[in-house]
Amino acid sequence: MTTLLIPMIKRPLHPTGIWNWITTIDHKKIGLLYGATAFINFLIGGIEAILIRAQLSGSNADIITPEVYNQLFTMHGTTMIFLAIMPLSAAFFNYLIPLQIGARDVAFPRLNAFSYWVFLAGTIILHSSWLFGSAPNSGWFSYAPLTSVAYNPGHGMDFWIVGLQVLGIASLAASFNFIVTIINMRAPGMTLMRMPLFTWMTFITAILLVLAFPVITVALIELMFDRSFGTNFFFAPAGADPVLWQHLFWVFGHPEVYILILPAMGIVSEILPTFSKKPLFGYSTVILAGAIIAFMGWLVWSHHMFTVGLGPIPNSVFTITTMAIAIPTGIKIFNWIFTMWKGSITFSTPMLYAIGFIVTFTIGGISGVMHAMSSSDAQQQDTYFVVAHFHYVLFGGAMMGIFGGLYYWFPKFSGRMFSEKLGKVQFFLLFIGQNITFFPMHFVGMDGMPRRIYTYSGEMGWTALNALETSGSILVVISVLLFLHNIVKSWRSGEEAPGDPWDARTLEWSISSPPPEYNFEVIPEVHTVDEWWARKRGLLGEQSPSVGSNEKGEIHLPQPSFWPLVSAIGIFIGGYGLIYSYPVAIVGLVIMMVGVYSWSFEPVNDPD
Amino acid sequence: MPTINRQFAKYSFVLLAGIILALIFGCTNDHPQSPFDAVGPVSESQALIFYIISYAGIVVFVIVMALLAYFTFKYRKRSENEGDPEQIHGNSTFEIAWTVIPALLLIAVAVPTINSLWDTTVSPEPDALVVRVTGNQWWFRFDIPELGVVTANELHIPVGEVINIELDSKDVIHSFWVPKLAGKVDMIPNNENTMWFQSNEEGIFYGQCAEFCGESHALMRFKVVVESRKEFDAWVASQLLDAIKPSDPLSQQGHDLFMSSEAGCYACHTIRGSQKAYGEVGPELTHFASRLHMLSGIMDNTHENLISWLTDPDEVKPGNIMSKNASVYNDPDKVLSDPEITALAAYLRSLK
Repeated sequence: MTTLLIPMIKRPLHPTGIWNWITTIDHKKIGLLYGATAFINFLIGGIEAILIRAQLSGSNADIITPEVYNQLFTMHGTTMIFLAIMPLSAAFFNYLIPLQIGARDVAFPRLNAFSYWVFLAGTIILHSSWLFGSAPNSGWFSYAPLTSVAYNPGHGMDFWIVGLQVLGIASLAASFNFIVTIINMRAPGMTLMRMPLFTWMTFITAILLVLAFPVITVALIELMFDRSFGTNFFFAPAGADPVLWQHLFWVFGHPEVYILILPAMGIVSEILPTFSKKPLFGYSTVILAGAIIAFMGWLVWSHHMFTVGLGPIPNSVFTITTMAIAIPTGIKIFNWIFTMWKGSITFSTPMLYAIGFIVTFTIGGISGVMHAMSSSDAQQQDTYFVVAHFHYVLFGGAMMGIFGGLYYWFPKFSGRMFSEKLGKVQFFLLFIGQNITFFPMHFVGMDGMPRRIYTYSGEMGWTALNALETSGSILVVISVLLFLHNIVKSWRSGEEAPGDPWDARTLEWSISSPPPEYNFEVIPEVHTVDEWWARKRGLLGEQSPSVGSNEKGEIHLPQPSFWPLVSAIGIFIGGYGLIYSYPVAIVGLVIMMVGVYSWSFEPVNDPD
Repeated sequence: MPTINRQFAKYSFVLLAGIILALIFGCTNDHPQSPFDAVGPVSESQALIFYIISYAGIVVFVIVMALLAYFTFKYRKRSENEGDPEQIHGNSTFEIAWTVIPALLLIAVAVPTINSLWDTTVSPEPDALVVRVTGNQWWFRFDIPELGVVTANELHIPVGEVINIELDSKDVIHSFWVPKLAGKVDMIPNNENTMWFQSNEEGIFYGQCAEFCGESHALMRFKVVVESRKEFDAWVASQLLDAIKPSDPLSQQGHDLFMSSEAGCYACHTIRGSQKAYGEVGPELTHFASRLHMLSGIMDNTHENLISWLTDPDEVKPGNIMSKNASVYNDPDKVLSDPEITALAAYLRSLK
């Protein structure tokens, strides 16, 4: 069998051009693929957001039909969470983790490629629902029984279910890969408590993902069975209690929030020390606080359900656990601020983003505690106050951190410097724009505007603030376009970047920009946190200031492969099959099996 | 980079001042759905908790931002030749302080919150008047079982009395919310909920469905009319009467159409006192003309609005069951003529 299958496609030993990208298993190229795809998704989600804002800019506006509006906010949330922020974080994991821990690649390079291609498959499946005329329309948390065929005919929800399942496969494969990589592939001497903060937050995020995704997977399978095979897990007319869906969804959904924000916290924890020229204040406390946040993320899910009528006892318990999360979060904020204390601060663009992150994330954190108060939350739940809160956390938090990270590591990714001047203008536009967009939402929410309404009447007194929000969103658009311009132009013709343009502290800065394919000529030996800083400043005594020595040893790198892509194509076809036709699903399954089978018997290296 | 620095510090302060001013003056009371204009014990208790946590939050925010602004200004790099700062790795005293102080602060706000939670959830008078509310896509049915009243989208209650609410849904999840009276509680099929409120002021209070429930979720609204006990009793008495018989030829024609198998309105709507109109799919219409608003509170109850609704219901409330299921709307051969619509409207407008 193996001898039969494997010669079918000749292994691409030295692919060039586009095939170089399609068959690559280099974590840096995969990281760039993740980043580019996710940023395109961010732009698509942004277009959806702008259409939403256009419709809400005035009372009784008639720009978009209610059905399309409902599809837009569903896809905006789904896109930003699953297709933009998560994979943007994954782009950083991919590119940086091996560099930060002194490795030549991740533990399973082909699995890594597989993760990317499956993520791309899920992306295309979800977006293509627009082309098939039936985008999902039940909101990103898709409460039952609105999702059942009786109330939601058409294929929109099927696209949503299959899309998220496919993305779940990608996320799980990537998470296992990073957990194994971080545990097994660290350079000699890099104990857990010498790992860079970003690596730590990646590690915690990957563990959260591995534990959280199975819960949503179960819920999605049950929903799929309800819709396709007539089971009644959530179908109320047949006697089901639809609150079950909410528990399953939020047991996944709340850890998911930390999956979105912890990587950004990791990024900020790298930027602040570099530009303050000081180590992170309370390194081990920040790690511990991250781990506590991740653990407590499992104990708070019902705060999304304070109005479900669980009763005063559960609501009190979840009030207290939710408020308690503010403590480790506050610890992090103070540790970041005190990282700057007695430092020597340079205000480069990444640093502006890190400081901006602290401002906006603090606002989101405080409004989070306001939501924890279950008594008064009954007035805020499902209003624009919530919309304000989670945009401060996810845009003001996660996206600000990601923008900061994109600037910070841009020289490493591209080998070029970006325009500082444009970067700063872009930062201030984004910072001001997002505050004009999201801050008034607190007030409009407390003036009684529910979320997810496509229209409102003028007598409610919401018109002026909504118009202001829409004008703010235009500033955000301009700023994102400016960012794209800066990145594209600098990548083409920016000044060449040195290996360590920021006088930074961690190992990825010890090698050239962009790094060679094999990352490190010689695997470095690590003696302390901030190893590269210690070497540069001669704090390690006799150690050489550069990490790699001159003698070039045997460098073992795995070869490119087609099979991860073939397996992903099988999943892609199978996904459409599950939506439209089961025989097609079987074809997809067979292709996936062929891919996985051939991949299993493919040696790491073929003779050249 | 001193300019950026000053700009940044300045901006932080403008933002801060803006937040404080906005919180003081922003949430004014001229919004029909503002929970701050609380008129009963439940909403008052919830507003108080909101103010407590808001002011605590503002104090924390000001302290954090002041520290941040001060540090960014004070410790900015002043010259290119500046050497490395001291490599401080942490400080246990500080870290214990910013663990313990927030914890104490949280305990301090948790106590009144949980007190308020009990007060606002558990009815002080379990035997008081019960109103059953049933959510439908996209309207509210109100039953007052002990008085025998059934109505839709416009609930009357007496001022100064505890009202116990039972919440249920006929289809998907909805949420019952009258911000000035009480925070929302969800209406879930197969999972009944209860809540209570009381209004200490007379007036008309706005409510709206707060859980996304499908295409016309935004148009699922209602009104609560709070009136004196005397007015309330009179309202109940009038609601218990059978429907008025049509008194002029036009409304008689509308009545006949309503009860005819061609139009088929009777199959889904109740008009008490009639021979056959006892349907429960759509809102009860016995005293339709006594309501101030129509179509779950989205428009005034006027002749013109009624005509536009009867002419093209899907335009007024997209996705509604009537335009999907009633043959006069889904079968082009059975479409109502303009005179027929005028007659129907005249009949419905006569149902005081």
